[in-house]
Amino acid sequence: MKFVFDEFKEGMAIAFAAIRANKMRSVLTTLGIVIGIVSVTLMGTAIEGLDRAFNKSIAMLGSDVLYIQKWPWGDRGDDWWIIKNRKDVRIKQAKDIEKYSELAKAVNPATGAMRNIKYGQKLVENVIVIGTGSEWLETSGATIAFGRFFNRLEGDGGRPVCSIGSEVAANLFPNENPVGKVIKIGGYAYRVLGVFDKQGSFLGLQSLDNRVYIPINRFFQEFMSHRSDIQIMVKAKSVADLENTKEEVRGILRKSRGLEPKEPDDFAINQQELLIQTFNTIGGVIAAVGLFITGMSLFVGGIGIMNIMFVSVTERTREIGIRKAIGAPRRTILLQFLIESAALCLIGGIIGIIIAFPISLIIDTFLPTAMPLSVVAIALLVSVIVGVISGFLPAYRASRLDPVDALRYE
Amino acid sequence: MSSIIQLSNITKFYQVGEEKVHALDGVSIQIQKNEYVAIMGPSGSGKSTLMNIIGCLDTPTSGLYELNSTNVSDMNDNELAKIRNKEIGFVFQTFNLLARSDVLHNVELPLIYGGINSAERKKLARAAIERVGLTDRIHHKPNELSGGQRQRVSIARALVTQPSILLADEPTGNLDTKTGDEIMMLFDMLHKEGNTIILVTHEEDIALHAHRRIRLRDGKMEVDEAIKNRKVFTQPKTVMA
Repeated sequence: MKFVFDEFKEGMAIAFAAIRANKMRSVLTTLGIVIGIVSVTLMGTAIEGLDRAFNKSIAMLGSDVLYIQKWPWGDRGDDWWIIKNRKDVRIKQAKDIEKYSELAKAVNPATGAMRNIKYGQKLVENVIVIGTGSEWLETSGATIAFGRFFNRLEGDGGRPVCSIGSEVAANLFPNENPVGKVIKIGGYAYRVLGVFDKQGSFLGLQSLDNRVYIPINRFFQEFMSHRSDIQIMVKAKSVADLENTKEEVRGILRKSRGLEPKEPDDFAINQQELLIQTFNTIGGVIAAVGLFITGMSLFVGGIGIMNIMFVSVTERTREIGIRKAIGAPRRTILLQFLIESAALCLIGGIIGIIIAFPISLIIDTFLPTAMPLSVVAIALLVSVIVGVISGFLPAYRASRLDPVDALRYE
Repeated sequence: MSSIIQLSNITKFYQVGEEKVHALDGVSIQIQKNEYVAIMGPSGSGKSTLMNIIGCLDTPTSGLYELNSTNVSDMNDNELAKIRNKEIGFVFQTFNLLARSDVLHNVELPLIYGGINSAERKKLARAAIERVGLTDRIHHKPNELSGGQRQRVSIARALVTQPSILLADEPTGNLDTKTGDEIMMLFDMLHKEGNTIILVTHEEDIALHAHRRIRLRDGKMEVDEAIKNRKVFTQPKTVMA
């Protein structure tokens, strides 16, 4: 054991002496590994970021909430045309669920449109106006920063009141308290009741803060027909009750929509779980393809290492001959060159991570991520493995050299 | 007394294209402990091949080679490496030192492969370097040394494992006459200390240091004789100069 350690130490010393002796060549060779490690770690970081962004967004949907819509989430298969021709989900269904469901804790219809909003001279364009029920806070999990959401009375009565997203509040009321002020949504006057907490965006695409919420009954009067397609959110009493709630809601909906027993459902009951499944499939494919493509650059780097190791072995044929003549066994020569190529790659890996780290901080500004420690560890491990694999053939050749020939080599 | 080296009917063929070249053709030699033998012959006589076989760098095509009563003629690569490490000290014409390592490390190297621990290694290496008179050059690199000094380093490296035989291949071939003489005096001294020395050379002058002369021609032994008019140096003090 002691012997192996000494051999290893000797191998390290030789490797670093050789790398030092050929600085320029070593740097250029290592560059391939550096680029490979940078691209692989950044891809790993980006995938991690995608994962985190998704998980954060998906948490907003709530694991105990059912979304009743015309369109199912995830895979639609070949039924696109059939789904498109389904009857719209209407406010009547929301009312029926509310009336008949025993397992639902809260039922809340919602629909939206884009409008410009004005307060005095200030204008905010293209704000999403959500028409919804008074139980929005319950079903969406959103919270109010100050003021309040409209109550049941105001909601059912279709009063001209609203609660506004934090971004809208910041744009319209930079220096004053919005509560109690009257704003114009698409030309109609609404009194502001409260302001939401900052929520960020959904899947990094759509800001949840550039929104205003008004009673759905008012929405139907001023922006859209009450016969138009909406979605209904149903919050179960608990996650454990979700499946039962789903079955109950399905029954109510089928009756409400007048379906015969043999007809299939003409609506979709969506839930968080569905999106997670879809994401895991898509995310898995993205990760595999991304890592494969970036892995190619690492592979190319490995070929560079192999090439230079062949050169190194040829150059040092005589040295190999000397070492063999004075008693170095094959294993020692093999180990020596393996250590050299592994060390080259490890240096490349370390440089790669040093370069990749600040870049990952830049990525972090638009995709919340951090270079995971596991990626760093794997990157270093992979670079050593690449070194050992690409160094093996040259090292093997060196170890098999005939000492007589090697000593005669000029 | 048993021989250190016992070569019986050694042959070595090389296949060069279609042709079979007989580098050695039935050579039998016995060498006793503390002998001082010169192997001579013109180029192509097979003396290099013989040296490679004696030095366990190569194995014979047929015949038996016993080194210290161990049959080494059909050992594999790794077994031969172990024998070379323990039993044979090489001194080459071109010194064959590692250019990037200092004197101490060069001399230490066979001990590393022999699995000797670091402290012991340093002690043995320093002792060997002292014997060849290079203690003050211990941390110099080969390119900072003269030819004679480099050859001394390679002799120290050969000695450090206390091998059964010292095998010197044209040890003065790359040195001027004066330095060459100094190196030969060193060999004489080592022989007096009880080492077995095999000298491969084509210079009659150098061969005269030995006690016994073996001449090869066309792969066969031509002459095997004791040397009567040995060259004796009268001023052994200059050895360490």
